Amino acid sequence: MLIITCPYCGPRPEIEFSHGGEAHIARPLNPAALNADQWTDFLYLRTNTKGVHAERWRHLHGCARFFNALRDTTTDKILTTYRTGAPRPDLEGLTP
Amino acid sequence: MTGAFRTKTGGRIDRQKSVSFQFDGKTYQGYEGDTLASALLANGVHLMGRSFKYHRPRGVLSAGSEEPNALVTVRRDGRRVTPNLRATEVALYQGLEAHSQNRWPSLNFDVGAINSLMARFIPSGFYYKTFMWPRKAWDALYEPIIRQAAGLGDAPTEPDPDVYLNTYAHCEILVVGGGPAGLAAALSASQGEGRVILVEDGAELGGSLLIERDALIDGQPALDWLASARQQLAARPNVTILTRATAFAYNAHNMVCVTERLSDHRADAQPGEARERLWQIRAADVILAQGAVERPLVFPDNDRPGVLLAEAARTYLNRYGVTPGRRVVVATGHDSAYRVAIELQAAGVEIAALADLRPTPSGPWVERAQGLGIKVLKGTAITGTSGGRRVTGARLSPLIGMAQVGKPDWIACDAVLMSGGCTPSVHLWSQSRGKVKWDEALDAFLPSEAAERAICVGAGAGRFDLAEVLADGAQTGARLAGLKTPPAFHVEATPLAPRGVVGAVPHDRGPNALAFVDWQNDVTAKDLKLAVREGFQSIEHLKRYTTTGMATDQGKTSNLNALAIASDLLDRPIPAIGLTTFRMPFTPVTFGTLAGLARGDLFDPVRCTPMHGWAEAKGAVFEDVSLWKRARYFPQGGEDMHAAVARECLAVRSRAGIFDASTLGKIEIVGPDAAEFLNRFYINAWTKLGVGRCRYGVLLREDGFVMDDGVVGRLAADRFHLTTTTGGAARVLAMMEDYLQTEWPDLRVACTSTTEQWAVIAVQGPKARDIVSRLTSLDLSSERLPHMSLVEGEVAGAPARLFRVSFTGELGYEINVPSDRGLEVWEKVVAAGAEFGLTPYGTETMHVLRAEKGFIIVGQETDGTATPDDVGLGWAIGKAKPDFVGKRSLARPSMSDPDRKQLVGLLTERPETVLEEGAQIVASPGGTPPLALIGHVTSSYASATLGRSIALAMIQGGRARMGQKLYSPSPQGDIAVTVCAPVFYDPEGERVNG
Repeated sequence: MLIITCPYCGPRPEIEFSHGGEAHIARPLNPAALNADQWTDFLYLRTNTKGVHAERWRHLHGCARFFNALRDTTTDKILTTYRTGAPRPDLEGLTP
Repeated sequence: MTGAFRTKTGGRIDRQKSVSFQFDGKTYQGYEGDTLASALLANGVHLMGRSFKYHRPRGVLSAGSEEPNALVTVRRDGRRVTPNLRATEVALYQGLEAHSQNRWPSLNFDVGAINSLMARFIPSGFYYKTFMWPRKAWDALYEPIIRQAAGLGDAPTEPDPDVYLNTYAHCEILVVGGGPAGLAAALSASQGEGRVILVEDGAELGGSLLIERDALIDGQPALDWLASARQQLAARPNVTILTRATAFAYNAHNMVCVTERLSDHRADAQPGEARERLWQIRAADVILAQGAVERPLVFPDNDRPGVLLAEAARTYLNRYGVTPGRRVVVATGHDSAYRVAIELQAAGVEIAALADLRPTPSGPWVERAQGLGIKVLKGTAITGTSGGRRVTGARLSPLIGMAQVGKPDWIACDAVLMSGGCTPSVHLWSQSRGKVKWDEALDAFLPSEAAERAICVGAGAGRFDLAEVLADGAQTGARLAGLKTPPAFHVEATPLAPRGVVGAVPHDRGPNALAFVDWQNDVTAKDLKLAVREGFQSIEHLKRYTTTGMATDQGKTSNLNALAIASDLLDRPIPAIGLTTFRMPFTPVTFGTLAGLARGDLFDPVRCTPMHGWAEAKGAVFEDVSLWKRARYFPQGGEDMHAAVARECLAVRSRAGIFDASTLGKIEIVGPDAAEFLNRFYINAWTKLGVGRCRYGVLLREDGFVMDDGVVGRLAADRFHLTTTTGGAARVLAMMEDYLQTEWPDLRVACTSTTEQWAVIAVQGPKARDIVSRLTSLDLSSERLPHMSLVEGEVAGAPARLFRVSFTGELGYEINVPSDRGLEVWEKVVAAGAEFGLTPYGTETMHVLRAEKGFIIVGQETDGTATPDDVGLGWAIGKAKPDFVGKRSLARPSMSDPDRKQLVGLLTERPETVLEEGAQIVASPGGTPPLALIGHVTSSYASATLGRSIALAMIQGGRARMGQKLYSPSPQGDIAVTVCAPVFYDPEGERVNG
């Protein structure tokens, strides 16, 4: 079971969280302006990263807030977590 | 007397406490402190089981968790039966009843042993090659035979009466293994501030120190040092010691799962007592001191009862005061067997010969053995054994070079002890995804790169010298605890050369000799040879084809020998062939431990409404709706469901019914931007919804498909009371939070789940207003409270939100009162309704009533691919809104394809025929499969109101097919149906106006 550090509450076991899919996919501000391909990209296409992946988690059974995490999908190590809206952190200087 | 093979003194058994036990119906005596295996050996019983495939008689091979042969069933009573326990780990208690397995009719005479004579016809891959066709033979012949012949113990048939506990623990340093390395690590780590948990598989701490006769630690015999170390640890408040506790799983981020056996070793364990406890331990650092497992030698007929590992014999002697026989042959490739021979000779056992594969063994142990007159045969291989249910002789052949042997010599004996050296136990390390590296000098895989904060110490890290082992543990513990100087231990011990031998022993017994590599799965060197000849090269393939290492012991004694044999055959070095990954569990774990308390009533939470008890008392039949218990119908006087539902439906349509709608999901949406939020979230337009008014809302996913629906009532400009489907409440709230937190953080809105705060009493039917008006002074006239509106006030003395809404098509109210007032108000409504014939109804009636009106149920009419228009809800879309969740997807061309499945009604030709829900619909009758399916039935009922059956269906281009005749294929033939509008009753919708 993973330990996930909620940016608001600190380290907690995985069972308190729910996974929210890939991070940094903003809902377009004006969906009507998107053509079919662009909308399909937004709806369905994900990077399916092997390696460091930015993903959303929600501290469902805690503060209930969404936040983002950088997780290495090959090792299951969470490199860092950060608040929703913050830019994806640089990998430099992060150690697992 | 507890057995002819018990020494006069010594061992850690309590010779004052004799216990009697049964094995296969025969009574024996042992001592407290014995294991089942040691007590049987003390009685001269080596034969403890039959092998998996060939049913060969098998004795105990080891003295620990690596045991492949001696698997037994322990039976306390009819309900407490545990199969496949290792006799080496079953603690003896007064009255223990154990049974051997995989034999018929008895252990001594087993019909299945004929397989043994057939061994040359049951090669590796036998099942793949033989049991292929004909298909019919599978059920009649192959399955029963395989199941019968190759098997372990029988699973118990009764529910387990015992209790299994579960606990979470946290510590700075977790030490797995209570041998010398683990003890030294725990002693030094616990000098720091941090919490230390020490986990030991066996009944007591000590590991190899429990059988150590030679070494002195700090000037004391090992057992004395052990006693003081245990005292020190027990006295430290930051130390938790778990014994009879197996660390079986190393999970991500340093969570180690441990099963602690609480009562299996006690004679007085009662049914219903706590039997095992699952510890889920999260540690900052883990020290793995798992030790090492002795390797058997792979030689012909190495599986006869009486052939066992040398260190196991030393354990039986020193820990339990038991000798393996009277005249023993020792076969070895490692120094430790000399120590065993010397200690056994001192205990009065005759050492008939000590055959060492090494041409020139030397060192203090060799010299000491020779000095004691033990007959040491250097450069000698063991090439066979004689005997049936017990070994009677050993065949010893001089080695000529590396691969050939000379003329054999038979030596009579009643036990053979073998040792190929020690294999470091890297099971948990491997589970943690730590890497291993082949060590040429030791012939062993040793831990290398770590994946977690874990460190291996002692024999598990390839250190076998006691002084080194203690120093390794102490230094590692100290470093993790931040100590400047680790405790130091002074050891005086005779050194052992660490290296042994791996692979098969050369022999001259021909190609069909059975030299076992994997005892538990009956895999021989010959099987591996055949598999290589058939083209299998990777160890992963060899393993699966031959099943070596795939038994419940995970190849603890066999893996390295199998690898070495494969390496030899393929002429590639061992590291190039690779080691298979060890998986959890380290040893088999009971389902009880894994399930813990989550069984029976505690398997899943059960949610009940405040009126549950009332419904129960009225004899309601309940159904599960997600976690909720909902009253399905209220049978009277022996009614079946059909009759009860018909009566309830007619009562609602003609008078009034009362229905418990408390399970509806409820969310309160509050804030200055609440209306704007709902605008963006639901398909409907909300801005113009007046205070006190309600609207039916539909929610889509971003892909445009219906996700949920419900009624939204506006309590104030900035406050909405919203309902969801019973099963969808959590999902909808989570989605709201997602959009509010991550997409629209600018909106000032708070969403609160209020599902459990409100009890909801629906009163539906032409008499609903008459009934509710008896209980409130609120103005219920259609002018003040029209259909789809709400008012706050008092109902039946309780503060209420009174909704005028209808899911039946009748005049109706839903009285929301605080949950703790629910039952009281419900009873008052029932009392007030008595004179009007108010009838309680359940979910089944509710379903029929709503289907008569063509109201959909999300998840029944919809399946995650239905748009609002598909289910006739296109009218609800706020067309003027620039955007809402799912709007862009609705603009995709395929979403307005006229041939999409659309909601319609179906009427069967014969009014009494009720279609099956889920039945397929086709356009023409009498076709042969595959048929072109154009739709399916989503809801289907016998409607008492209409006096005929009705059905809702999703049909391709359904709305353009009104009046068409379609067919539903069924086992009884095609059922003709006519497409109609999905509203069967009161299509003008006038009845809601009351």
